[in-house]
Amino acid sequence: MPNHSLSPRQYLILGLVAISAPLGDSCLSRGMAAIPAITLAHPGSLIAAVFTPWIALGILLLIGFFASYLTALSWADLTFVLPATAFGYVIIALLARFWLHESISLERWAGIALIALGVGFVAQGPSLTQHPTAEAKESAVSEVETR
Amino acid sequence: MTTTLPAIISPWVAAAMIAAVVLTSTTGEVLTAAAMKSIGDLDVIRAQSGLKGAIRAVLTCPLFFAGVFFLALAFFSLLFALNHLNLSLVGPASASLTLVTNAVAGKFLLKENVDRRRWAAAVLVCVGVYLLAH
Repeated sequence: MPNHSLSPRQYLILGLVAISAPLGDSCLSRGMAAIPAITLAHPGSLIAAVFTPWIALGILLLIGFFASYLTALSWADLTFVLPATAFGYVIIALLARFWLHESISLERWAGIALIALGVGFVAQGPSLTQHPTAEAKESAVSEVETR
Repeated sequence: MTTTLPAIISPWVAAAMIAAVVLTSTTGEVLTAAAMKSIGDLDVIRAQSGLKGAIRAVLTCPLFFAGVFFLALAFFSLLFALNHLNLSLVGPASASLTLVTNAVAGKFLLKENVDRRRWAAAVLVCVGVYLLAH
């Protein structure tokens, strides 16, 4: 595969990466803001926080995120996958606008535009760096395949 | 004691909390990415030896656990920061800074081909995330 175009399945996984991380983070934030302030003197209360409902839900979402993130990293570069993660914030903002009817300020629209532009840049390029050795190996494999 | 998100935290302490999140998560992400590259395409492995085989391939990679260790550190420093600061500060600040540190680490540590297109994307997304969540 010289041009590393992604399959629909791979786009689906990038989509999961994008949406599960910000949803999980929101759950964590909601959970952490609801409990009393934690100090370094009582680090054990951080462990107890893990078992409150919002934080547990956030952790479940983040486990789903991690599985799809690992899969994505196995066939794409880190610098390719990370902008996709940021695209999740755009999805959340648009959901908030059109589903929850929250208002979005001009600043936020500008942020959405910049992220979309950045993701567009990366998505046009190759998803995986070809190192000389890997390239040699792959061309050898494709040679064998074409024979 | 009721919880209002405090105004007593100095900017330096806030910056240190955010720096801790950024440094630990960058280290964790770079190690994890290196681990996944060394394992190879998970979809291919799964097609050959099933989901169990794919999980085994990941769990037998020492580099993966080094990555997870730092990601766990990043997670708990994020929880700690969220307990003292607003998500609207911690989220965009750590997410956008991590993008840039990862682009640098991707280029020099993972030897990824970070071309002008990817640098531009890292900066655009960084500013975008900040504007969006500020």
